[in-house]
Amino acid sequence: MAELSTTSDTLTTAKAQPVRRKRIKISNIVDHAVLIAGAVLMLLPVVMVFLTTGFEDTDILRNGLRIDVGPHMGENFSNAMFERSGFTEAITGMRMLTNSLILGVGFALGKIAISLLAAYAIVYFRLRFATLAFWIIFTTLLLPLEVRILPSYEAIQRLGMTNTYGGLIIPLIASATATFFFRQFLMSVPEELAEAARIDGAGPVKFFIDILVPLSRTMIAAIFIIMFVFGWNQYLWPTMITTEESMFTLVRGIKQIVAVLEGGTIPEYGKSLALAIIAMIPPVLIVVFFQNWFVKGLTESDK
Amino acid sequence: MKRAGFTNVWLPIALLLPQLSIIAIFFYWPAGWALQSSFYLQDPFGFGSTFVGFENYTDLTRNREYLRIAGFTVVFCGLVTFFSLALALLLAVKADKVIRGAKTYRTLLMWVYAIAPPVAGFMGIMFFDQRNGPITEFFQVLGWDFKLGVNYFDTATAMIMVSVWKQIPVNFIFFLSGLQSIPRAVREAAMIDNRSAAGRFWGVTFPLLAPTAFFLLIINITYALFDTFGIIDTLMKGEPGNNPMTLVYKVYLDGFRGNDLGGSSAQSVILMILVLALTVFQFRLIERRIHYT
Repeated sequence: MAELSTTSDTLTTAKAQPVRRKRIKISNIVDHAVLIAGAVLMLLPVVMVFLTTGFEDTDILRNGLRIDVGPHMGENFSNAMFERSGFTEAITGMRMLTNSLILGVGFALGKIAISLLAAYAIVYFRLRFATLAFWIIFTTLLLPLEVRILPSYEAIQRLGMTNTYGGLIIPLIASATATFFFRQFLMSVPEELAEAARIDGAGPVKFFIDILVPLSRTMIAAIFIIMFVFGWNQYLWPTMITTEESMFTLVRGIKQIVAVLEGGTIPEYGKSLALAIIAMIPPVLIVVFFQNWFVKGLTESDK
Repeated sequence: MKRAGFTNVWLPIALLLPQLSIIAIFFYWPAGWALQSSFYLQDPFGFGSTFVGFENYTDLTRNREYLRIAGFTVVFCGLVTFFSLALALLLAVKADKVIRGAKTYRTLLMWVYAIAPPVAGFMGIMFFDQRNGPITEFFQVLGWDFKLGVNYFDTATAMIMVSVWKQIPVNFIFFLSGLQSIPRAVREAAMIDNRSAAGRFWGVTFPLLAPTAFFLLIINITYALFDTFGIIDTLMKGEPGNNPMTLVYKVYLDGFRGNDLGGSSAQSVILMILVLALTVFQFRLIERRIHYT
């Protein structure tokens, strides 16, 4: 097969071939050069921050970011993780990591549970006020938390939920992005499935648990990844709602780090940079390892 | 709704209840409260408030600083959107073309998506450091005495550069998936019709990508408006001073630090209207986009 095609090829394009092949090669090199430049642009800043954690604070203060390996990396990372710091000496990197995980996982799971139930109700039930519920829910797509940040804060304060995980997580769930996504997905599930389930005598609860949830597994995973990263990376809301240092997340902790940079004493550069690296590890790992689900979820949920 | 729907009455209500109650408490109540307090002037010492009608809004239109911030926001959104879309498109077109290492390139170009904006901002502080930041040193070689946090223009440049860097991955992912969904037959037909690669791109590929690009335009404007808060806050090191800021930052600043509830709420409402307009525009595009395919 291969031989056949090459012989016919050489017959027809014997003269043109060497020239064209060369041109393809050059444009190939340009393609790779552009992509490598792009990859370096994305990678190098983080690599430099990572390598700089290998040096002492005075060294970093004097010489800035580094691209060589230093001896103090372990020390800086262990300080970042376990040394108590902050105004009240109440917070370690470990504690912030735990808070970030609670926020990321709690937000993702809460949002998925609530959205999946709501989407199921909207798609599979004959509701008199289905259209109304639909609009009540989907209006929330229009206004991100940032534009109503102050009144939301006020609401949380009146409910006495500042400095609680509930106050941190629940207001972030009050948006319909995932509901919209699950609705689209459930609409694409074949009609016959529900009919068959009904004929077999399965009730709505059984149908949901035994058929729809397993069917949506991939979708749930994709949404989980996106929501986890979204929750983990929250900044403005945690900044407002958590004033107690023991409630800080890693990303919220960055604000504290930056505030100290302007101080008179030598800032703890090594430890701060290590914390920045720790703050990016979990979401980056999830996105890289589950990138197929992640890309699918991202490109399909936003449609 | 499905034709073969269930007919229970109470079950769907129970299913909807968690979402509806969260939305009621944490969305409609705050949004309504913002709307209401935008018409009131709050006493700074917390002794009640007086109804002032549209005064908070008219004050804003006459406020020089607010108009300057609005102007900066427009320029900022425009530049961040343009550069992150352009760079991402270039990278996506190349990543779509190469065969060897395609998956590796995709991973390397998208992973920055997972980095939080304030973490990127913190990295920016190190890179634009006045004494020994690598980018500052590079600018100095070019004869630009770069001063982050001191010079308005320089700080704005740093904010835009970090915001673009952070946004390239999202645009890249969407462009690449848009490119990969162009049918093989169309590509081959284009190959026959048009020998020049540039002609093929602008004549065939780009128009087919237009729906993705329009959609990304909205996504990017929303990103530049809201999600860059963390980048802006860290790059100015929490000290607004004379630094450039976006409208969202101003809402936070006036309401949370300045205790000007009425003015801040009026700003919130203006932003809500802006986002509403953008979203309506987006929905109409999506409707049209369905007809495309």
